[in-house]
Amino acid sequence: MKNLHKLFSILIIFIVSSSLSIAAEKVEYLKTDWSFKGLFGKFDRASLQRGYQVYTEVCASCHSMKYLSYRNLSEKGGPEFSEAQAKAIAASFEVTDGPNSDGEMFTRPGKLSDKFVMPYDNVKAAQAANGGAYPPDMSVLVKARGGGVDYIYSLLQGYEEAPSNVSLDDGVYYNKYMYGNKIRMAAPLSNGLLEYGDGTSATVEQMSKDVTTFLMWSAEPHLEARHQMGFKAIVYLIILTVLVYFSMKKIWSRVESEV
Amino acid sequence: MSEKKTKRRDFLFTATTAVGAVGAAAVVWPMIDQMNPDASVKALASTEVDVSSLTPGNTLTVLWRGKPVFIRRRTQKEIDEARSVKMEELIHPEKDEDRAKNPEWLVMLGVCTHLGCVPLNDKGDYNGWFCPCHGSHYDTSGRIRKGPAPWNMEVPKYEFVNANTIKIG
Amino acid sequence: MSDHDYRPKSKVGQWFNDRLPLLTLANHLTDYPTPKNLNYWWTFGGILTFCLITQIVTGLTLAMHYIAHADMAFESVEHIMRDVNYGWLIRYIHANGASMFFLAVYIHIFRSLFYGSYKAPREIIWIIGIIIYLLMMAAAFMGYVLPWGQMSFWGATVITNLFSAIPLVGEGIVTWLWGGYSVDNPTLTRFFTLHYLIPFLILGLVVLHIWALHVPGNNNPVGIDIKKPSKDTVPFHPYIVIKDGFALLMFMIVFAFFVFYAPNILGHADNYIEANPMVTPAHIVPEWYLLPFYAILRSVPDKLLGVVAMLSAILILAVLPWLDTSKIRSAVFRPLYKQFYWILVADVLILGYVGAMPAEGLYLLIARVATAYYFLHFLVILPVLGFKEKTLPVPLSITEPVLGGSPNFAAARNKESKIE
Repeated sequence: MKNLHKLFSILIIFIVSSSLSIAAEKVEYLKTDWSFKGLFGKFDRASLQRGYQVYTEVCASCHSMKYLSYRNLSEKGGPEFSEAQAKAIAASFEVTDGPNSDGEMFTRPGKLSDKFVMPYDNVKAAQAANGGAYPPDMSVLVKARGGGVDYIYSLLQGYEEAPSNVSLDDGVYYNKYMYGNKIRMAAPLSNGLLEYGDGTSATVEQMSKDVTTFLMWSAEPHLEARHQMGFKAIVYLIILTVLVYFSMKKIWSRVESEV
Repeated sequence: MSEKKTKRRDFLFTATTAVGAVGAAAVVWPMIDQMNPDASVKALASTEVDVSSLTPGNTLTVLWRGKPVFIRRRTQKEIDEARSVKMEELIHPEKDEDRAKNPEWLVMLGVCTHLGCVPLNDKGDYNGWFCPCHGSHYDTSGRIRKGPAPWNMEVPKYEFVNANTIKIG
Repeated sequence: MSDHDYRPKSKVGQWFNDRLPLLTLANHLTDYPTPKNLNYWWTFGGILTFCLITQIVTGLTLAMHYIAHADMAFESVEHIMRDVNYGWLIRYIHANGASMFFLAVYIHIFRSLFYGSYKAPREIIWIIGIIIYLLMMAAAFMGYVLPWGQMSFWGATVITNLFSAIPLVGEGIVTWLWGGYSVDNPTLTRFFTLHYLIPFLILGLVVLHIWALHVPGNNNPVGIDIKKPSKDTVPFHPYIVIKDGFALLMFMIVFAFFVFYAPNILGHADNYIEANPMVTPAHIVPEWYLLPFYAILRSVPDKLLGVVAMLSAILILAVLPWLDTSKIRSAVFRPLYKQFYWILVADVLILGYVGAMPAEGLYLLIARVATAYYFLHFLVILPVLGFKEKTLPVPLSITEPVLGGSPNFAAARNKESKIE
């Protein structure tokens, strides 16, 4: 028991000191209440749908989302557009298909099974169009950044006038949350940039939150199923643990009486 | 007193075992289900085919769910042949009227019902299809007439979206 | 295992058992006399068996969907996460399972260190265990390469480059490992092959590990030899089975928490960026379970010596039974060793911590001191302690709290001569 005590105190000192030193290095990100955090976290459907609108009207001109398909938009746990809506969204995109019987590629309206249409044919084309910087694919972007959703949310709102001691090249912008503070993407959002279908006022803050929620879903499309299953699994394990504990006590009582 | 005790003990062990078994079974399911068709495969479950270029007496073969589908635009002679057959002569009696709602168009899975080979067009003793693997003969309605295959070639769910497009699945 | 005169009751059983004594084996496993004073630190053997089986089963199912090709690996992992039925669950179990496996193996190893389980007559069990541990590290490293993210790629580059430290043939070996001039598709496919193979090697070694354990029987917290079967032992089934089961369930709750609520917390964000040979991530770190060795590697300023130090840090464990000269097994009766044991635990944790930090300034200094102490512990403190330490009196048996018994060695000798 004394040993356990020691072990735990070592561990606690260790964890506290490491989290302190990590915290010291990190910038404080902007905070907001994410509905998908926590034991029962779920996505806010309306926010996801608005987020899709922001993605498709603003981000999609440069950022691909190559692992998503239009069918995902109507799947459970996502934005949950109706199937008809998702079909209409898909059909609004021109998809290259083929070759046809003449051996030629052709374009047709998108189908549910199609992947999101990419803004550029390949990475090189994307770089060429963006002054050498590749706008990263957004499918798993949230998981590919250390700060996760808070980082993306802050970055979108982190554009500022550069301090006088920082000189910026052409096509480089100052963002206080970006690593190194220099970013090749111009501030993508501005108040009233687009008009939400549900009448929500499209402030930079609101759009940042919506599109970040959408990106969280695109990176973790099964997040809701995971949370639901996780709760059931842990409750089940606790029940079984209690049962096994009492069974163990019963079984071991035979020995103790013998000794 | 002691009897009561054993009973309670038995109940505890039974309950523990039962709850444990339920959990074990629940864990096995994902491991099995992962081998079922995944979401991207299911999304391709239907396909639309443009048949505007198909002339009577010709067959178009398209891939649907990884299997060939024969789309045959039949001539009047083939239709008459298929519709005049008596039900008693068939191994697997099915009316041609049921297999081809629009008599000019026959849509069916191009898979022999014997062991899954792809039958050849315009071959065999009945002017329909002939399976080279084990010699099954199909008529102009895709019905089995001779050979080891037990059933007629399967007609999938399909519909004409418009005059020129068939949606299979 | 020669003390078995078990005969099945049924005729069919006898017929079968005469030809293949599986029933004798089953009987041995259920009746196996186990010290009754084993504490919960002893349940990690069973937990590790569970971890191995979990990794093999989830790994097999993932392999049905994964594509080992540099152009498709990353995409196929995303396919598993998005489209495959329960694919996300299976992958998260597998990825976090690796961490849980190492967590359990470290507890298992440090339990052995505390209670002197590596000492005579259990040296072979210990050495097999070290080989399993080495294979685990190889399997984990190669498994981490398979998703073909940035950390996969650069981790593979850095670790394979360790071999270039070997004089003369180093460069040739690295090229041979890669199957090219850099980490690329040939490297990925061979890593996949080996990642698939190693768990089955581990499984075979685990059988040997348990076999070797069943010859002398378990050590126990008191560290004395016990007569078996006796009042000091209980049959493995149901006593130890239910106790291991209980501990396993507690372990699974922690496991489930990671899988369902923090599945990526133990991983690195950069591994969700597809591998790019043109860009190195700002900060390359291995998975947490390799950090102490990574710290040792970086604390030596010479390339070759750094690799030698890292390898020695692991291999030194293989000769531990001969470095520790004490006749007493359990730290319970070794007041000085007990202090040094906890210093070692802290030392390894510190090494793990500085391994995750940039190798500069104060961190580097701490890493060097901790590395030096690590070797000092095994090479100087342990051998000397065996001669100098004043140990406490050891009880004669687990049940009888009689103190002042003979040290284990004499007792073991006595017993051996009786058996012969």
